[in-house]
Amino acid sequence: MVAQEAHAHDAPQGFIRKYVFSLDHKVIGLQYYFLALTAVFVGMFLSLLMRIHMIWPTANIPLIGEIKPETYLSLLTMHGTIMVFFVLTTAPQSGFGNYFLPIQIGAPDMAFPVLNMLSFWTTFVAFVAIIAAFFVTGGAPLHGWTGYAPLSALPSAGPGEQLGADLWITSIAIFCIASLMGALNFITTILDLRCKGMTLMRMPLTCWAWFVTAILGLLAFGVLLSAGILLLLDRNLGTSFYVPLVVVNGQVMAHKGGSPLLWQHLFWFFGHPEVYIAILPGMGVASQLLSTFSRKPIFGYKAMVYAIMAIGVLGFVVWGHHMFMSGMSPYSAFAFSVMTMAIGVPSAIKTFNWLGTLLHGRIRLQTPMLFASGFVSLFVSGGLSGPFLAQPVLDIPLHDTYFVVGHFHLIMGVAAIFGIFAATYYWFPKMFGRRMNERLGQIHFFLTLAGTYAIFMPMHYLGLAGQTRRYSQFTEVAYQAKLIPLQTFITFAAIITIAAQFIFVINLFWSMKKGPKASDNPWEATTLEWTTATPPPHDNFAGHIPQVNHGPYEYSVPGAARDYIMQTDPAGVTAH
Amino acid sequence: MATLTPTITIKDPKLGQGGSGVRPPEVGGGDGGRGDNGTPDYDGRLRRARLGLITALVAIVMIFVALTSAYVIRQGLPVLDEKTGKSVSDWLQVSLPTQLLLINTFLLLLSSVTAEMARRQIAQLSRLAPVQSIPGVSLGEEKNFPWLALTVVLGLGFLFGQYLAWRELADRGFYLATSPSSSFVYLLTAAHAVHLIGGVLAFLYCSATSLFRFPLERRRIAVDISVWYWHFMALLWIYIFGLLEFVR
Repeated sequence: MVAQEAHAHDAPQGFIRKYVFSLDHKVIGLQYYFLALTAVFVGMFLSLLMRIHMIWPTANIPLIGEIKPETYLSLLTMHGTIMVFFVLTTAPQSGFGNYFLPIQIGAPDMAFPVLNMLSFWTTFVAFVAIIAAFFVTGGAPLHGWTGYAPLSALPSAGPGEQLGADLWITSIAIFCIASLMGALNFITTILDLRCKGMTLMRMPLTCWAWFVTAILGLLAFGVLLSAGILLLLDRNLGTSFYVPLVVVNGQVMAHKGGSPLLWQHLFWFFGHPEVYIAILPGMGVASQLLSTFSRKPIFGYKAMVYAIMAIGVLGFVVWGHHMFMSGMSPYSAFAFSVMTMAIGVPSAIKTFNWLGTLLHGRIRLQTPMLFASGFVSLFVSGGLSGPFLAQPVLDIPLHDTYFVVGHFHLIMGVAAIFGIFAATYYWFPKMFGRRMNERLGQIHFFLTLAGTYAIFMPMHYLGLAGQTRRYSQFTEVAYQAKLIPLQTFITFAAIITIAAQFIFVINLFWSMKKGPKASDNPWEATTLEWTTATPPPHDNFAGHIPQVNHGPYEYSVPGAARDYIMQTDPAGVTAH
Repeated sequence: MATLTPTITIKDPKLGQGGSGVRPPEVGGGDGGRGDNGTPDYDGRLRRARLGLITALVAIVMIFVALTSAYVIRQGLPVLDEKTGKSVSDWLQVSLPTQLLLINTFLLLLSSVTAEMARRQIAQLSRLAPVQSIPGVSLGEEKNFPWLALTVVLGLGFLFGQYLAWRELADRGFYLATSPSSSFVYLLTAAHAVHLIGGVLAFLYCSATSLFRFPLERRRIAVDISVWYWHFMALLWIYIFGLLEFVR
């Protein structure tokens, strides 16, 4: 490590230094955000193709043609990879975290601005690499986002497993390095750059969520990086870390003696914390917004902090529950199962606290609040199927069915996306100085919420009925063919939900230019970002470092003049 | 601000024009550090940089934890014998060029010592920087021994030694793809070498900061971080060497 200049840079003037290779955490945050926005549309388009193929397997799609079964697997792989890495990891943590973490703790910038810029551009390179996989000979890989060996380790195993798979794993390795740099920056910033009075227990819960997420990233991405390097060696240099003696198309491969389970262990040791990397920032945002829009302190601040830590710790000891089907000693399976169900405890604490926050609140049902409560709804609906899958005896029949698809899309996919939406509607006025259209926001919310449930709830039934996942079509199997009408319903729901997202994009870009001007604190919130100008100046607080005298959620304090006390208000404001 | 601590004595203070002394610390100028009187807060920056380093080392530890657990688990894993249909161990013991590796270890440890000398030298110089900036005061030159350059040379010597060890392994018939055990030997040593090259680059950056006449305190931070990283790499090597030597 080389010592970086901490926030020693002046406001840059040229376009390139200001908007492209910027050191300003706010610009970098927006760069991440728009990268994720691009990625989410790519990922969504891939899912649309999959849904269309599923109900019209022989349809000739304009520009793309007929989708072959192996193309379907490529779409599946790329949809998963792009969504998990470049959307769910990028937007909530790197995007909003970069923009608002330093402001919320009263710092002029991240601890290492140069490293911050590097980590964004490294992420960008990773994104270019993964997109490039579509356009090389053989096309994109077809081994799923989990990249199970030996399929992922043998270039001759199928179309897309040649250069496409190399690009895939290279992209992920680069992404790991970028995420490690980002995590390092987040942790150092939180530990070292908090302003006077900002004790750890006065940090907004968003900051706590970003902090724990950064720790998870720091511990998890290194393992995935190691796993990826082993995979690259297996693919290109003839080693046999993951490849046992295997025959492909009648040909005995040169590899011998590797263990496919090794990949699964390393991958899921990263993969499970990754789920929390995606969802924890959303939890932070939901806590922040539920308190702000209920005009009440968050119910059980300390419990929320400890719960988020507990989720982080437990997240590292449950990876085996992804592998019940892969061959595992019943004793290990039992241990993993118990640990997994234990995560239900801190999750329930958080849910009860969110509901407790709403209780007797003077709730303002504006768009950010709608999405925050939508987050809670999806978290509960998706979470409840977790304990089913945590038990080996139930997981074995359900594992390769749509039940799992429904479960993880609700809880880590769409719930995290709702966190992103909530954060976008909430912080948009601070980021761009204007407000988003409220009516469009509400239409967007109700369509998306209804659409999400219409898509993913029926998948649970499909799974219970035995519909297998990863299959490109179901027409050949009698009992599966009977379920096609429900798949058709899901496809139409998906088309409507995807169409509804354009309302959001139009609202986003239109409001940037034409939305009504926002005041410095339009939501009457308490945290530090609302004390500074809109949009915040280059060093966040125009040369003066704030001093914090209050906790982050002092709403409706008895005896106070207003129903909210800013964190920077003088200490004597409270009457209690 | 750096202050003069009682343990430091100024040797042979020269009076005169100052000569090729170190530039006085830069004062003020939009630094944004938390110095009380507008000076950059180098102590704060050093603390921050060290915290960043510790965090980075945690990530590196995780990389090697993953590789170690893969190594240990793979070693104990039975595989199916094609002929008999029974589970057997196929672990091939790699014979390491232990003597050569011991010499390499010695070089690396020696480089750790020279690196520490470099770190202490610049730490002392940086503590004296405020004195240095007083017009007419200059310090003796005897302290500027090129410890960093020596460290880089020793580090490159270690890397060359590792290369020789690989050649030796290949001569004994252990190539990267020979068996999982030899794959791991190459992988672990290469992963360490890559990290060590990072350390060499960091030292080159430190030398560059000296060429570009960055403020002494800033150079001191760069050297401090690089040297702690280097110490960690020495420790990591001993761990890897021990792992390969005793768990094979």
